[in-house]
Amino acid sequence: MLRGATRARVALGRAGDGLPTTRELEFRAAHAAARDAVHTALDADRVRAALTVAGVGLDVLEVHSAAPDRTTYLQRPDLGRRLAPGTELPAGEHDLALVLADGLSPRAVHEHAAGTVAAVLERLPGWSVAPVVVAHQGRVALGDPVGQALGAAIVVVLVGERPGLSSADSLGLYLTHGPRPGRADSERNCISNVRPPHGLGYAQAADTLVALLQASRQLGASGVVLKDEGTALPPGAG
Amino acid sequence: MTIRRTTLGGHTHEFASLSDLLAKATPARSGDVLAGVAAESQAQRVAAQLALADVPLATFLTEQVVGYDEDDVTRLIVDTHDPLAFAPVAGLTVGEFRDWLLARAAERDEAAISSLARGLTPEMVAAVSKLMRTADLVAVARRTRVVTGLRSTLGLPGRLASRLQPNHPTDDPLGVTASILDGLLHGSGDAVIGINPATDSPAQTIALLELVDAVIGRYEIPTQSCVLAHVTTTLRALEAGAPVDLVFASVAGTQAGNRGFGITLDQLAEARAGALELRRGTVGRQVTYFETGQGSALSADAHRGVDGRAVDQQTLECRAYAVARHFDPLLVNTVVGFIGPEYLYDGKQVVRAGLEDHFCGKLLGLPMGVDVCYTNHTDVDGDDTDALLLLLGAAGCGFVIAVPGSDDVMLHYQSLSFTDVLTARSVLDLRPAPEFEAWLARMDLLDDAGRVRDLAPESAPARALLAAARP
Repeated sequence: MLRGATRARVALGRAGDGLPTTRELEFRAAHAAARDAVHTALDADRVRAALTVAGVGLDVLEVHSAAPDRTTYLQRPDLGRRLAPGTELPAGEHDLALVLADGLSPRAVHEHAAGTVAAVLERLPGWSVAPVVVAHQGRVALGDPVGQALGAAIVVVLVGERPGLSSADSLGLYLTHGPRPGRADSERNCISNVRPPHGLGYAQAADTLVALLQASRQLGASGVVLKDEGTALPPGAG
Repeated sequence: MTIRRTTLGGHTHEFASLSDLLAKATPARSGDVLAGVAAESQAQRVAAQLALADVPLATFLTEQVVGYDEDDVTRLIVDTHDPLAFAPVAGLTVGEFRDWLLARAAERDEAAISSLARGLTPEMVAAVSKLMRTADLVAVARRTRVVTGLRSTLGLPGRLASRLQPNHPTDDPLGVTASILDGLLHGSGDAVIGINPATDSPAQTIALLELVDAVIGRYEIPTQSCVLAHVTTTLRALEAGAPVDLVFASVAGTQAGNRGFGITLDQLAEARAGALELRRGTVGRQVTYFETGQGSALSADAHRGVDGRAVDQQTLECRAYAVARHFDPLLVNTVVGFIGPEYLYDGKQVVRAGLEDHFCGKLLGLPMGVDVCYTNHTDVDGDDTDALLLLLGAAGCGFVIAVPGSDDVMLHYQSLSFTDVLTARSVLDLRPAPEFEAWLARMDLLDDAGRVRDLAPESAPARALLAAARP
């Protein structure tokens, strides 16, 4: 009766004062999947291939943040927001740039980035879109220097979200108008939990994002001014 | 500004300020590296500890790490310091204070340790904790007594209470109720039944308050409820006449940090006064609940003190306890592994921080509990949380947080499970809060030895509890 009422792990039973072996191992399996998702390396070739299969014809560039490895990345959020020294990107003039950043779940980028990008591009005829940038050890704010260097009016960062026990492959989309280093989290809009079939689907996420993109272009801003249509950025997400 | 020097192994180490000395003396943690204040070598850390051991406690009354004029937390600390309570240790250095505490703990002189609280400042307590090892933190905390009450009595010797945390991603009443019943069947909930609401609206908060109040009322459970909404939301709920047992706030150790949380000391005082007026207590009158955590000031870029110098995260954490102490709390807990690896990197750092926070909070007079928890991007697992839980049980920790199966399906992190609490009580021979224990017995949920029974859902006591839950 309790178990039908919630997704929480209620009525697990007991072995003495502890959990029965099967329940204990179920929990460990979920935790293992979440931890492995954090520490999986981003495979840029796999992302390129998935983009091609999804019919995305844009060039794909690869960058690294200033965090040289996963251990540093996890401890130094400041480095994950900056480009590695010496990074060069082709300057242009674009309506939009798309950055695919591993964040805390490269799995999310492997599994859901290409589908999301294809669904978004389908809905933006006439927009000039910069080459897609695949970013290693990247946080949301890495989109600021990338978007600025590419000359994009708006940047959208598709980033792997912190894995939960039951959701190791959740992708977040963060929109920033006028990207440049120093943008505050309050100047971004976020769509969270893109993860079909359990979370948001690609078409649904793309519909919401495109509505935000159009509103942002019209207003010349992003963040709290668009808050009514999007959701606020969760604390610490940047 | 006094420059302090110490010589170790033929090398002279210099520390530019009191905050520099405190930071360099701190056991390693990622947040201090991120803030740029951590010791640069093991030798420098020990050199700082040597120099810190020689600093008179009285120095902390005159030399501030965060300025008096700029920061209302500093003003609170300085203006409410009690020289009479301080007198027994007023002539000691930090190092001598550690020795004094260990001696009193060995003598089991709880009164001597516990009566210092109002005479100690957060910086003094942070300083001495930096010289202590795990067993020191456990031994002294175990002999520090802080007892509080509202409808249950917390902090008594030989007791370990728990906050039953029945969070649900959409605040669904049935889902929340299921988790509450599961916790009660495991003997959890004597500290508080406390929900983090999914949305911080007054209507939602009031609905949850009424839901838990009805459960508590229907079974006559000697515990209290809390919906951990923002204090401004709780003020609205109070105005609307909702059944508010406890006013909650997350607090930080600087005025800027509290601004980041959107709270002021005046708001906390107003909300506390409102809750006191409701007179909902039976065994006590403590009506506030605070949560803290190392790194919260740094994450809000609110970690700087005198001359713009960054202050280490553990010293700032202790300053948050001064804020909590001012409002006579029923419960305070650090959420020790929640904030992420950029502040506490792995199990070693989380265990150390949990024990420091518990020790420091208690020494300052707080009814201290711990949310023994972790996120999935931190190098922590159940082995680490078991270790911290059992150490906290040995240290006489007042309460811990417990969620169904360790999995908080709303906040997406892992805390202790209801069975973990049973294990700690069993291994360390600890019991629930006395009023709650009597209630468990009345509900036929305890066996002859006083242990929480392992009941099948179809058993008579479980059926009675579940049947009464139907609205």
